[in-house]
Amino acid sequence: MTGQIPHGSNQQHPDSPAEAVEAQPPINAESAHHSRRAFLFKLSVAFNAVVGIALAVPLVEYFLGPSMRKSSDTGGWVPLGPLDNFPVGQTRLAEFRNPLATFDDGETANTSAWVRRVSAQQFQVFAVNCAHLGCPVRWFPESRLFLCPCHGGAYYEDGARASGPPERGLFEYRYRVDGTSLIIHAGDMPTLATQARCNPKQQPLVVIQSTQTPRSEADA
Amino acid sequence: MSLKGQSTKVYDWVERRLGLFKPAWTAASHPTPANNASWWYVFGSAATVLLMLQVVTGILLAFVYSPSANEAWSSLGLLNRAIPLGWYLRALHGWGSDFMVAIVLIHLAQVFLFGAYKFPRELTWIVGVLLLLLTLGMAFTGQVMRFDQDAYWGLGIGASIVSRVPWIGGPLVHLLLGGPIIGGATLSRFFALHVFILPGLLLAGVGMHIWMTLYHGVSDWPMPGRIVRKSTYEREYHELTQETGIPFVPDAAWKDAVFAAATILAVMACAFFFGPFGPTGTPDPTIIQTVPKPDFFFLWIYALLAFLPPAIETPFMLVVPVLVIAAMLVLPLVASEGERHWARRPIAVLSLSVIAVTLAIFTHLGTYTPWSPVMDAWSSAPIAPALLHNRTPLERQGALVLEDKQCRDCHSIGGSGGQRGPALDTIAIRMTQDQIIRQVLQGGGNMPAYGNALSPAETSALMHFLMTLRGNDMAPAVDASRKLTNSDHAQPPMPAAPERCTIAQ
Repeated sequence: MTGQIPHGSNQQHPDSPAEAVEAQPPINAESAHHSRRAFLFKLSVAFNAVVGIALAVPLVEYFLGPSMRKSSDTGGWVPLGPLDNFPVGQTRLAEFRNPLATFDDGETANTSAWVRRVSAQQFQVFAVNCAHLGCPVRWFPESRLFLCPCHGGAYYEDGARASGPPERGLFEYRYRVDGTSLIIHAGDMPTLATQARCNPKQQPLVVIQSTQTPRSEADA
Repeated sequence: MSLKGQSTKVYDWVERRLGLFKPAWTAASHPTPANNASWWYVFGSAATVLLMLQVVTGILLAFVYSPSANEAWSSLGLLNRAIPLGWYLRALHGWGSDFMVAIVLIHLAQVFLFGAYKFPRELTWIVGVLLLLLTLGMAFTGQVMRFDQDAYWGLGIGASIVSRVPWIGGPLVHLLLGGPIIGGATLSRFFALHVFILPGLLLAGVGMHIWMTLYHGVSDWPMPGRIVRKSTYEREYHELTQETGIPFVPDAAWKDAVFAAATILAVMACAFFFGPFGPTGTPDPTIIQTVPKPDFFFLWIYALLAFLPPAIETPFMLVVPVLVIAAMLVLPLVASEGERHWARRPIAVLSLSVIAVTLAIFTHLGTYTPWSPVMDAWSSAPIAPALLHNRTPLERQGALVLEDKQCRDCHSIGGSGGQRGPALDTIAIRMTQDQIIRQVLQGGGNMPAYGNALSPAETSALMHFLMTLRGNDMAPAVDASRKLTNSDHAQPPMPAAPERCTIAQ
């Protein structure tokens, strides 16, 4: 095909025919038709542009759907189990089903959290996701540290950063003591950008419900 | 009529209507300078053949694979065990992916080293850089298709990196995951990326890449002193082709064909003897006893992320990739003329060597992750009997504290244990008692503080054991001022003062 494929050589410029057309303007009766057809073609391009935009707007909106969601208060309150599961002074792993799970999330919607019971009514509930890159941290009660297997981030028992690459302490869930059970507010997977939804004020928001107003969702 | 005559008749009938065979043959047999019919010029065609293998095996896997978070992992098990030869198809696709990334990288290095990106092939290089990114994108999304623990936490790492983008980090995380969490929507969109979007772009890009290679001809073998100039290069190349030209097919292409077949054979051998990759455990995030790791070609990124100081990590993650990709894209625009031979381009050779060695070192580090605590060292790594021999009860108690408080997860003794912190074998000749106590209780220098986790008795025992770790019985480090203040004490005072314990008469 070498004959057909010019090696970018100077004598065969692809745009030279177009210049030739421009160089000799049509003078016969066809020119009127030509300008009319050219105008109609431009009109059809404009028509297609309008239709294209009308088509594209909902498509783009669909595509951006997950990120457009007003998610400042998505999620919900989920029970972590009875208070007796969490002895005072200890840190235990609790599991729950993410309240935002859909039909096809399968086991990926199972979630765990580290629950530290500071006193009878005071807790800290940490996301297992390391604040560095989200790997699951493990609790070591003997040295009172959370350690991350990926890049060696370490946190103290109160979730504060101890060492390693994380810039900050562990993410915390909002929690409530509801009668005899512990419930937390969970939703977004905690990351540096989405943790605010779990923990809007950077400090754990402690809301201790009185035992007279049991909430039905705690039984779920 | 003979069989041959009939075939010719059928061919003529089809070609009269199709009009494709003849131009295709003309293109395939175009003359190319004899000096580029080299074994160094075979990597591009091998990458294309591997892409074809990936397309075919990928389509066959899609017959069975279920892109749903409920079922993906189970369908991989089905392929591995129940479907006849399902394991082999998975293995071919997985090894084909590794080979493709490797061959594309070699192709890139060769083109860079030979200066083949210079005029008039700048756009061929730019499209090639995009093809490299698409290939890496296919490798990453393919790792997600293997929907196991590594895929789950790999997505978590991806989301955590994206979340660092200022202002729009949150929406970007949701766009990446398709929702608030890693789940069904995430797998679905990565499936769409892996089987529709990226392959579509990849095939279109490869089409452009090959078209431009045909249009400009395969670059001639670089010679020192043969300078590329925009004003003369095409004429010189044309003359070279006229003087030394050989038909690409068959005179040059047989080497491509041999190398491509050998590559495919190597993929088949790896697939057959080593089998498919994973899947590892189920993608259940409540199973936290896991050490997530990316696939081989992303290990260097994984390693790099362990070494960046926290303060520059986010800017580094977000800015450096953009700069690196931009530099690769503009390279042929700023260096479109000049010498092509590596002997006259020392900076190019040096850059390529430094980049290759850097990637190799980080990849090697990524294979054994010295920065990660060894989570079970505290309960499984032994202390050599020699280190406990002739030790006081207090010192032996200290050895127990050392094990019990998980010090071994980050510190090795006798070669076993973590490598996050320094080995403790000769700690006593480097640090004094006071320094050890301060370091243990207050931490610092990337070590957590253990003040809240150790009682004074445990601290004292630990310090006494650590002071026995002096290698070949070298003298322990001592604080010079101690000698002045306690001139009659060989050892500094112990925490408990015996005088106060005497029984009152």
